[in-house]
Amino acid sequence: MIAELGHFAIVLALAVAIVQGTLPLVGAQRGIESLTAIARPAAIMQFLLLALAFIALTLAFTGSDFSVLNVWQNSHTQKPLLYKISGVWGNHEGSLLLWVMILAAFGFGVATMGNNLPPSLRTRVIAIQGLIGVGFLLLLVFLSNPFERVFPVPAQGNGLNPLLQDPGLAFHPPFLYLGYVGFSIAFSFAVAALIEGKVDAAWARWVRPWTLAAWVALTIGIAMGSWWAYYELGWGGWWFWDPVENASFMPWLLGTALLHSAIVVEKRDALKTWTVLLAILTFSFSLLGTFIVRSGVLNSVHSFATDPGRGVYILAFLVVAIGGSLALYAWRAPALKSGGVFAPISREGSLVLNNLLLIAATATVFIGTMYPLFLDAMTGEKVTVGPPFFNATFVPLMVPLLAVMAIGPMMPWKRADLAGTLARMKVAAAVTVAVALLTLYLSGFDPILAVLGMVLGTWLVAGAAIDIGERTRLFRIPWRDALRRGRNLPRSAWGGAIAHAGMGVAILGITGSLSWEIERLQIMRPGDRVGIAGYELEFGGVAPVAGPNYDAVRGTFRVYRDDELVEVMTPETRRFTQPSMVTTEAAIRPRNFGDLYAVVGESNGDGGFATRIYHKPMINWLWIGSIMMALGGLVSLTDRRLRIGAPRRRTAETKPALRPQQQTT
Amino acid sequence: MRLRYLLPAIAFLVVAVGLGVGLTLKPREIPSALIGKPVPEFSLPAVEGRSGSLTTADLKTGTPVLLNVFASWCGPCRVEHPLFMELARTTDVTIYGLNQRDAPADAARWLETFGDPYDKTGADFDGRASIDWGVYGVPETFVVDGAGCIQYKHISVLTRDVLEEEIMPRLRGEKHVPCEK
Repeated sequence: MIAELGHFAIVLALAVAIVQGTLPLVGAQRGIESLTAIARPAAIMQFLLLALAFIALTLAFTGSDFSVLNVWQNSHTQKPLLYKISGVWGNHEGSLLLWVMILAAFGFGVATMGNNLPPSLRTRVIAIQGLIGVGFLLLLVFLSNPFERVFPVPAQGNGLNPLLQDPGLAFHPPFLYLGYVGFSIAFSFAVAALIEGKVDAAWARWVRPWTLAAWVALTIGIAMGSWWAYYELGWGGWWFWDPVENASFMPWLLGTALLHSAIVVEKRDALKTWTVLLAILTFSFSLLGTFIVRSGVLNSVHSFATDPGRGVYILAFLVVAIGGSLALYAWRAPALKSGGVFAPISREGSLVLNNLLLIAATATVFIGTMYPLFLDAMTGEKVTVGPPFFNATFVPLMVPLLAVMAIGPMMPWKRADLAGTLARMKVAAAVTVAVALLTLYLSGFDPILAVLGMVLGTWLVAGAAIDIGERTRLFRIPWRDALRRGRNLPRSAWGGAIAHAGMGVAILGITGSLSWEIERLQIMRPGDRVGIAGYELEFGGVAPVAGPNYDAVRGTFRVYRDDELVEVMTPETRRFTQPSMVTTEAAIRPRNFGDLYAVVGESNGDGGFATRIYHKPMINWLWIGSIMMALGGLVSLTDRRLRIGAPRRRTAETKPALRPQQQTT
Repeated sequence: MRLRYLLPAIAFLVVAVGLGVGLTLKPREIPSALIGKPVPEFSLPAVEGRSGSLTTADLKTGTPVLLNVFASWCGPCRVEHPLFMELARTTDVTIYGLNQRDAPADAARWLETFGDPYDKTGADFDGRASIDWGVYGVPETFVVDGAGCIQYKHISVLTRDVLEEEIMPRLRGEKHVPCEK
């Protein structure tokens, strides 16, 4: 009964989406009020219906209703509740339902919170959002029905892939989807603007918070995925340039570019057509990612069970959505008048450079991901593109980007004085040089990369600090006044500085963990000791442990520092039976400046066990940096002018460091 | 309409055509071109810390063998690995490991941790041999008959079903494909 209700809800949602995507567009074009008025209630209705369907599917999972095919294939009665719930989106059909529900939620958001939007723009945005919904709902209803029944009803389910039974991974997909799908709003705004033939500062101010929210979610989602890989896959790696990782990384790179170019549209009325194109491309890459994951054209750990029909459908949808919007762009964009002019060395100039480098980086990742497919399509030759390609091409592009990122926010609009801007970075330069020397002194396997990474990271963090210091005139006026200035700074200035510093912290973490990692691999018997980074680890043997739906072997390591017991680490190897798979649970202990990381492996059949112990310096900085980036986005999101939506009146102040319109870059 | 505004649409069209052709390729399916062909000429040193080498001659010893392409950076390889461990423990099937584009130390460490089911290993640092083998993605598993003729290729994680229904019969000499010259 509940499943039928859910099925009915998605069919009805499709009907509502068709209405939402067509009639209001006609109404807005012809000025028919009765048709445009449909947009908001339709968007609200669509969201409520899909939320209902989602709840229905969740109930089927939590209640282990194996008469639903999807539940039978992906759940099991012995699975903990959390994974019964996360099982809802741990498969193609359920994750697609989550996807369309989030899509509808964003439409709902515009419908209910977009009171300050011009009515025609709001109507069109909601309608475009509805059309995207139609595309995905057709796929859901006709090719991926999550409410399919199975008869006779099986007594037990097949269980969820054990690798997915993990708290980190349980919430990884929802955040990713929030990010992917969030960019649909920027897309809808771009298409609506092309239809209206108008892009102005107000448009950019509406697009930015939505893009920012999506970007924050995507940042968290990607970081969660990396974190999961770090502790679950058992060798401490956190990024593998897997096609599906790349599929999430490309929208992130483009979304980052979009965030920054939208600022230029808002502040300077320039880069309009470019920003519209970026908004279309960002969501296009989200769609492309969907295609890659769900069509099976590329091999990846992440691939869902694939079905050629779905691949063909998604490709057709891609052609209509992306091809259609780009054709609209080709037709309408020349009519968009561009405003402000600026010198190459200026805030705008630095943002253009940011965009160019991010686009080049995206292109690099795109080529590396798709090259095997295209080569195969053209010549039949089959190759693989591995991490070495990405390290050799992507990393060099990041170097200038990070170098400019630190000084960009300090440049004034229109025309900047490079020498003057750099002069303000004196302190940052001094700190950076000190860190470079220290790095050289400590440098590990690859001094050049280590120094480069540490220098760029430090430069960014110091640059962000100086940016805030300059704006608050810290150390130049009494600290009480500086504090007041700090409070009065636009939130977006704080957000930008926090996010930029977060990037720096993440770069430091990446560099530190790659340069100074220590590893110890050995066969250990109970009582054996291994020394690493000033710690002594004593192996206490292994013991069997029963989990809720697996059997595990748990190893024990006692960690000593100066003969004093400081930690007990218990890595596990878990053997799942339903479905059959072995997973590693590394034991990780953050200590001071690095993680101790221990894994217990196979027995050698002679009382000894293969063990791996790592010391990964500064790896936690990567997670802290990612959190800072997301936090910076959130802080920026609370900026007054984004909340109010109305242009903020410029005050008479002219000093570059204090100009109220200065904000995150 | 100026041309530069049309460029994104044109670029997308090219990509879409590529994707469309890509859809018809089905990367998980056997590239028929390789089946029934002799194995490529190659000679690789063993993974670090192991003696010997892996060469074309090892695939022409008269007994059918299994060749598994793996790498330490490959997540799915870990998933299928216990199946190879089990195969090595419970049968006398000859299993070779082709280690693709790995740092020598990483590969050695990987085998120490997860176990080494391979009778011989070959370290393909630059991926040259893998290209000759037509390796598309890691992991991949080949069945080669005793005469050095490729009988079967499986792309992505090896499952028990595929092992029992496709691979074991071929190792026993069933479903034999004659070798083209």
